[in-house]
Amino acid sequence: MALDQKWKELPAVQRRFLFYSAAAAVIFLLLLLRLWYLQVISYEDLQERSIRNRTRVLSLDAPRGPIFDRNGVLLVDNRPSFQISVMRQDVENRTLLFERLSPLLDMEISELEQRWQEGRRFPIYRPVPLAEDVTREIMERVQEHSVDLPGVLTEVRPVRDYLDHGSAAHLIGYLGEITEAELQSGDFKLYRGGDFIGKTSLERTFDPYLRGEKGRRLVEVDVQGKLLRQLQVEPSRPGNKIYLTLDRELQRAADTAFGSQSGAAIALDVKTGEILAMVSRPTFNPAWFAKGIAGDEWNALAQDNRHPLQNKVIAGQYPPGSTFKIVVALAALREGINNTVDCKGDFVIADSRYRCWKKRGHRITDLKKALRESCDVWFYQTGLELGIDKLSVAAKEFGLGAPVGYPLPGERSGLIPSQEWKRQRYNKPWYAGETVIASIGQGFVLATPIQLAVMMAAVANHGKVLKPQVVRRVEDWDGHLLLQPEPEVVRQVEYSQKTWKAVRDALVAVVNEPHGTGHAARLDNVLVAGKTGTSQVIRRKSDEEELDEEGKTPYRFRPHALFVAYAPAEKPEIAVAVVVEHGQSGGRAAGPIAKQIIQRYMELKEEISPELEE
Amino acid sequence: MFDRRLVSNFDWVLLFTVLIVAGIGVANLFSATASWHSGGTPLYLKQLLWLSGGVLIALTICLVDYRHLEHFAIHFYSVSIGLLVYVLVLGKTTMGAARWINLGFFNLQPGEVIKIAVILILARIFAKTANPFGYSLFEIWQPALWLLLPVVLILKEPDLGTAMMVIFIAASMLLFAGLKRGTLIGLGLLGTLVAVAGWFGLHDYQRARIRTFLNPEADPLGSGYHIIQSKIAVGSGGLFGKGFIQGTQSQLSFLPERHTDFAFSVFSEEWGFVGSLVLLGLYFFLIVWGLYVARRAADRFGLFLAVGVTAMIFWHIVVNLGMVIGLLPVVGVPLPLFSYGGTSMVTTMIGVGLLMNVSMRRFMF
Repeated sequence: MALDQKWKELPAVQRRFLFYSAAAAVIFLLLLLRLWYLQVISYEDLQERSIRNRTRVLSLDAPRGPIFDRNGVLLVDNRPSFQISVMRQDVENRTLLFERLSPLLDMEISELEQRWQEGRRFPIYRPVPLAEDVTREIMERVQEHSVDLPGVLTEVRPVRDYLDHGSAAHLIGYLGEITEAELQSGDFKLYRGGDFIGKTSLERTFDPYLRGEKGRRLVEVDVQGKLLRQLQVEPSRPGNKIYLTLDRELQRAADTAFGSQSGAAIALDVKTGEILAMVSRPTFNPAWFAKGIAGDEWNALAQDNRHPLQNKVIAGQYPPGSTFKIVVALAALREGINNTVDCKGDFVIADSRYRCWKKRGHRITDLKKALRESCDVWFYQTGLELGIDKLSVAAKEFGLGAPVGYPLPGERSGLIPSQEWKRQRYNKPWYAGETVIASIGQGFVLATPIQLAVMMAAVANHGKVLKPQVVRRVEDWDGHLLLQPEPEVVRQVEYSQKTWKAVRDALVAVVNEPHGTGHAARLDNVLVAGKTGTSQVIRRKSDEEELDEEGKTPYRFRPHALFVAYAPAEKPEIAVAVVVEHGQSGGRAAGPIAKQIIQRYMELKEEISPELEE
Repeated sequence: MFDRRLVSNFDWVLLFTVLIVAGIGVANLFSATASWHSGGTPLYLKQLLWLSGGVLIALTICLVDYRHLEHFAIHFYSVSIGLLVYVLVLGKTTMGAARWINLGFFNLQPGEVIKIAVILILARIFAKTANPFGYSLFEIWQPALWLLLPVVLILKEPDLGTAMMVIFIAASMLLFAGLKRGTLIGLGLLGTLVAVAGWFGLHDYQRARIRTFLNPEADPLGSGYHIIQSKIAVGSGGLFGKGFIQGTQSQLSFLPERHTDFAFSVFSEEWGFVGSLVLLGLYFFLIVWGLYVARRAADRFGLFLAVGVTAMIFWHIVVNLGMVIGLLPVVGVPLPLFSYGGTSMVTTMIGVGLLMNVSMRRFMF
């Protein structure tokens, strides 16, 4: 024991107690320094990382902007749709859950299972949709049983709602699921697979205005990504309001007038180029696309040989037939050609015989009579004297043969031939016979209904060619104006006042004088100027062959019926172009449609004007 | 046999310090496991049970004069070695290592028990052979053998962390016993050589841990995950912490092993630098008090016993804290009195019992 004590009392040993305590102090100090570094110096960085660690961002759908007509009448809106989804994290017994859900949703278990599997590629905190846009009944049934359905939730999502059964569908366009390429383009912030964006026409071109801004929901998750609670919500901002140039009432009238025939009709405001009504038939309902269209429905639409998805107003290219004679007459007068022709019912050059539609002939015919009664022989003769190249220049000045600048995609250019064009296209010389048939809007000549309407508006305007407008203005929800397109004059076509008067008087005669081909468009209270057209679809060998059981020409061989018009003739306001596919006669099939549109336009004006006069 | 002086000399300071630290530990466990919804006894209650058992064991140890324990050191050591061998042959495997024996109510880890056994046997040897001039290289072969046998067995399990702990404890005691300068340098060189050679003998997961420690961000979701998440937890606690049961890292399960090895991260996240300072202060006081007990010990066996136990507690604290705040590689070392675990608690409390035993018998020659 004494030895023990002696060893312990040694200064060297005593120093060891001190040394050990000091060493411990130094090491603890190091630990504290490190803690200081982490908790004080690196605090902000690590604090931020701890927040990022536990938070995730969920996006909230923004309601798409509504679309109104020119008077503020709602055309396209959003309606709430109920979506049944499931939080994968909260499901313990999937088999049991699906057995219970299947009868409630009227869905097969295998279908539910498939949706579940599709949802597995998403993070666990995101609900997996099982059934979209279910009825209120189903939604209520699911909610009644919610106690037995852990993890199942009802979400309300905005879905595009088309009033008026999808009227003006071709102008408005439809939505579709965003593609992988679009997602990667960087134009769609916060978008993800399964979201809908505008795919065609207005919905597509104006998508940046309409889509709004997605909201964000900041949620807290645990290490497995399970959603624990909501921390913060940034609500979504709805898309902007678009006011179209369309007039819902006029659009309805055009829809009704067109009925179930195939073809297209368009009404333009002569002074501004604004499109007041636009009909393309057959049509579709954009609502079919609003929640995803099934493959076979899509195929039925896409493969229908009457082309319901095509906007025939801008993409339907038809031989303009006799409506083209307006341009021929104007061009001839400008070149000093003012013929008087004796029409005997046919016209012969270089061993070829070209018939007038009236077999007996019109006899002595001047310009006015030629237009009024649509005498083909007068135009054969005049066109031949004018020559194809001058005719071509005149036609192009009126907006034919090239897109007129319709502000939405899909417009086609039609075709106005020339000698140069034929040489380049076919490497062949131009034949006189081709000029003859081009003079009555046949042969190579093709035009879209919108081109014919623009042409007609220019005639009504004494040569001012206007670009067609679709959108009047775009507004945000605070009433700020974001876009207001101005009328745009493409060019001014120069003709003498005398020339204008001669042709315009003739167009009034078409509708209003005896023997006029357009008398079907005559109105009592307003003077309508117009021109009929009946264009051959396929040239047949003889009139007698290929008749159907009832002795009529088979549908696909029947000529297209056209009518172009403007009114009131003295001080024009509205220009109309109508094409009824295989409608047989421009005067009888297309004329009444144009008439009804003009009539409705005048009625609507009557309804508004008295108020303005007060 | 029972002396009144034993009661008056009872080391209340030591017991209270230990109880305060362990109490904070239990409260911290309550928070760390607050988001667990599994049935059964809550972990903090179990820990409280272990603590009570530990205090009982410590007090029981106090009843027997530690000088009698000197004679049992060899037996205790033999049994511990036997358990190590048993675990190697038949033990349960967790994460590729055989470390425990299932005793039904708890899993006995011989790796923990051997620490006490080594302390006892080395204290006995050093008490007998310590001399004023320090050991020469040739005089330490005996303690070296007693140490090497369990270390080799633990490395075989394999459990690098425990093996290192045993070596650190032994080295602390040996250094206190005194070494000649030449011996010190020689051992230093030897240690370096073993470390270099050992790198090649390490398991892949051990090497990965060391590499990860050097650059945790290189593998943020793999091996580096523990360190990064722990650093985020500690750092985001800031000066004053996020508050009790408010630590997002721990409550949202981003922090792994938060009730065992990473319990301090939970504490530090919720109580901040100030809380950590207080806890480290308590631990430091415990260490200094342990050395004080050694200094006042009645004999050399008591002195070395106290030094050994203090070294054991010290190294566990330092290695565990160094690990959770990213100063040392991740090795599975619990924080004494703080991490959940029966074996760790019992081992620590046996040590505390020995310290109190030495402390209360300081005047008995």
